[in-house]
Amino acid sequence: MPERTPGQTVGPFFHYALPYDGDRELVAPGTGIRLHGIVYDGAGSPVPDALIEIRQADAAGVVPVVPGSLVRNGVFTGWGRCATDRVGEYWFSTVEPGAVDGGAPFFAVTVFARGLLDRLFTRIYVPDHPALTNDRLLASLDADDRARLIATRGADGSLQLDLHLQGDNQSVFLTYPGHK
Amino acid sequence: MADAARGGDDWLVNEPVAPELAQEQISAEIAAAHAGPGGVRVEPSGPALDFAPYRSSLLRFPTKDLRQADPEGAELLAPVFGEHDVDPLEADLTIQAGGEPLGERILVAGRVLDGDGRPVRDQLVEIWQANASGRYIHQRDQHPAPIDPNFTGVGRCLTDADGNYSFTTIKPGPYPWRNHRNAWRPAHIHFSLFGTDFTQRLVTQMYFPGDPLFGLDPIFQSISDPAARERLIATYEHDLSQHEWLLGYRWDIVLTGSHATPLEDEDHA
Repeated sequence: MPERTPGQTVGPFFHYALPYDGDRELVAPGTGIRLHGIVYDGAGSPVPDALIEIRQADAAGVVPVVPGSLVRNGVFTGWGRCATDRVGEYWFSTVEPGAVDGGAPFFAVTVFARGLLDRLFTRIYVPDHPALTNDRLLASLDADDRARLIATRGADGSLQLDLHLQGDNQSVFLTYPGHK
Repeated sequence: MADAARGGDDWLVNEPVAPELAQEQISAEIAAAHAGPGGVRVEPSGPALDFAPYRSSLLRFPTKDLRQADPEGAELLAPVFGEHDVDPLEADLTIQAGGEPLGERILVAGRVLDGDGRPVRDQLVEIWQANASGRYIHQRDQHPAPIDPNFTGVGRCLTDADGNYSFTTIKPGPYPWRNHRNAWRPAHIHFSLFGTDFTQRLVTQMYFPGDPLFGLDPIFQSISDPAARERLIATYEHDLSQHEWLLGYRWDIVLTGSHATPLEDEDHA
């Protein structure tokens, strides 16, 4: 087995390299839903230099494996990227993911930031879905941590979840068997 | 937030200014952290997220345990990218601005492998870096070294069928930062990588052999295992150098393990 390459922080200078036109628009704005939230540090201050990436299924529960995320061509690729703004907010224009193989629908999320030495993984679950009660990860958590992984639906259909890197409200961050 | 007085894009707050904090203090903290018990890590050989000598980490690392999850759904499939997404010319950072950039022209090449040693094919690699003087194009870089109008320091490519990537660029310079007094980052190139699973996503930094700043740098030293740190350092490879043109460096990258079964792997090949 080859020895693994360690991660390093994304640093402060990624803004001219990683963001690109249409990075957060998995679908054209106004045609789908808005997924958004604010990234906070352990003092409760917004993090204006984080980068959030999402990976998701389409509305029918199919995870697309098609190119076209960097040069959007009207095809739904199920992947997007958003640097937080001056008030720490991220947003995506996307569709609500459907259930994959009957599981609770969620956005897979990666978090990068200056000051964060390695990337973090988490999930943002779609609220009010019947499969939430069967989800293994959610079932392993207490009620407070469960709530920290499930988005809130706004009156306009948008989904909102803040991410807390540290503190009492810290988000639930994940490792996977392949990380061992 | 001392940057607020500088004007411009104030919200892109730079590292905290700590002019009174000596390198000796940071070096002592690094040694103590290496001697201490563990740290908060996503992977066993990865950087400690709670590495206090890197002052910007203090409020940005998780204090609660990471949770073990079995990947499912979208986590099992990385995004894919195609020729439509990436222009092959983006792999040459010396031809992007109309003129020749200043500095030492280099080739950086290697392979992207998954945790089982399989090549990661046709996948996106993104890089960004300072110019030969140690200056980023980024507006928040206040280092008074010259900007090179012929160098943006941004590149992309797709790996080939064997997982190989290759960039032609300029060797970046080291640069000062504000972690502590007289703090300097060793020369490095930022790399952004994808595997075949979403869970294999990685952002890291590649360094150059023999850099005298390695021992002093809290970001590099956030990896406590010396052998793991070595894996971030490229090797000079004379066979990659080109006669009267450039110097060649090799750097292979190994991602975490894929969760796909061999059958699924065949399906996606």
